[in-house]
Amino acid sequence: MNSAAKNSLIRKGSAASVVLLIVFLAAWQWGPGLLGIPSFIVPPLSMVYDEFFRMLHVNHLMTHTAITAAEVLAGFVIGSLLGAFIGYVLGMSPTAEFALSPYILALQIAPKVAFAPLFIMWMGFTVYPKILVAILIVFFPIMVNVLSAIRTVDPDLINLARAFKATRAQIFWKIEFPASMPPLFAGLRIGSTLAVVGVVVGELVGGNMGLGYLLSFGEGQANTPMVFVTILMLTLVGAVAYLAVIVIEQRVLHYLPTRAFGGV
Amino acid sequence: MSDVVRLEFRNVSMRFVEATGQSLTAVAGVSFSVRDGEVVSLIGPSGCGKSTLLNIGSGLYAPSEGEAYVDGERVEGPNAHVAFMLQKDLLLPWRTIVENVMLGVEIQGLPITERKRRAQALLENLGLAEFLDRYPHQLSGGMRQRVALARTLAVDPTVLLLDEPFSAVDAQTRIVLQRELAQTLKRAAKTALLITHDLLEAVTLSDRVLVMSRRPGRIIDEIQVDLPGRDDPIARRHEARVNDYVSRLMDRLDIGHDSLNTAGASA
Repeated sequence: MNSAAKNSLIRKGSAASVVLLIVFLAAWQWGPGLLGIPSFIVPPLSMVYDEFFRMLHVNHLMTHTAITAAEVLAGFVIGSLLGAFIGYVLGMSPTAEFALSPYILALQIAPKVAFAPLFIMWMGFTVYPKILVAILIVFFPIMVNVLSAIRTVDPDLINLARAFKATRAQIFWKIEFPASMPPLFAGLRIGSTLAVVGVVVGELVGGNMGLGYLLSFGEGQANTPMVFVTILMLTLVGAVAYLAVIVIEQRVLHYLPTRAFGGV
Repeated sequence: MSDVVRLEFRNVSMRFVEATGQSLTAVAGVSFSVRDGEVVSLIGPSGCGKSTLLNIGSGLYAPSEGEAYVDGERVEGPNAHVAFMLQKDLLLPWRTIVENVMLGVEIQGLPITERKRRAQALLENLGLAEFLDRYPHQLSGGMRQRVALARTLAVDPTVLLLDEPFSAVDAQTRIVLQRELAQTLKRAAKTALLITHDLLEAVTLSDRVLVMSRRPGRIIDEIQVDLPGRDDPIARRHEARVNDYVSRLMDRLDIGHDSLNTAGASA
């Protein structure tokens, strides 16, 4: 695509996006009234907007958001590091993978969020069970991506390094590790959104902190706008995490041919 | 060209055990040697074990029987005397061109200034001076193969093992690359074993051509190429006798006989 065509696509695309946003917001504001949907089912935009400011003052919305964001960050970082580390270890040791694969498979199939009540029984109404659910749910996509990346490195590349008398460590750091970066980042993108899921489930199950708590609080009061505001804040937390991964990815994978608009 | 032997295979056989449990003999009792500064081509039908010999020569495989020697030393693993180049350029996409060329010398622990100097000099000789800091995806196939040649030469091997290095590039680029290779080998006085499917390439680039049989691969003929201008394959193409050599190679390979055509199609 030449740059003129690209610019034209960006212009047209952005214009369409803005139009779509306006249509969506208008439909949200007036749609429920026109269709006769009661506001406790779908509150119009203005109600949600008002509720947002009410929650800022009354419900410490920002504190809860900050707690959730911190749990997401901790769970995502620890889960990613663990997942990548175990992925590299298993990728380099077929014996270890063979021995551990039934357990890994079982853990991977088990719905990770089902562990939330267990972790709360173990660790009480603290931030730790929430972080632990996030770690567990983030771990697998990253481990699986790294493992298959190491497995699928072109054997001729390994032989090239071996023919230069590379040590095992040199093969890892000069060939396998950099070759695993694109799949690692694909895993991190998935992980960044899953971390939010893990944390929210943990907060829903127990405790009086975080956006998950506000969700169940709003539900208990039949306060639909409050639930809407909380969902929006959760989406915001997830979006920030996802964008952070993309910003880092574009710095690390700068050598790849440019994909269309960052490939979000 | 001196009489010092740089690369030697002594009675080399190689058997593999297939996934089905059957044993497969890829090469059987292969013996030949390559003298200092000589360029020898190895031709033969697909699957005759040419690449296996290359892997044995570079120390990546240990032969089932026999030995390979490089510079008089028995090959018992990868060593600094040989370097190989394949059909695939094997450039690392996350490294710039100059960094790719430095891969081997970096692994071997040369100081950074010396690495850079060598890589730059080689790339300049191959007409890639402007592309030092580009990434591989920004280069054409022919340029990438030149970079692979520079990476192979950067470790300053005495013997180059080349496995169909130009079979993936288009015909015109191939002719240019063949000439660059021939001139580079001559200038640096390197010894090379060239595996190729291209009979004309074998004749125009080599001092000698070895013909292998179908599996299990044995050497069935050895042809001395008595033509001038080994460093200029384009000029050599105009030699009338080139056709005689190519015809002889076709005969030795049974090209044109129905038995091989059908076997070749299934291979």
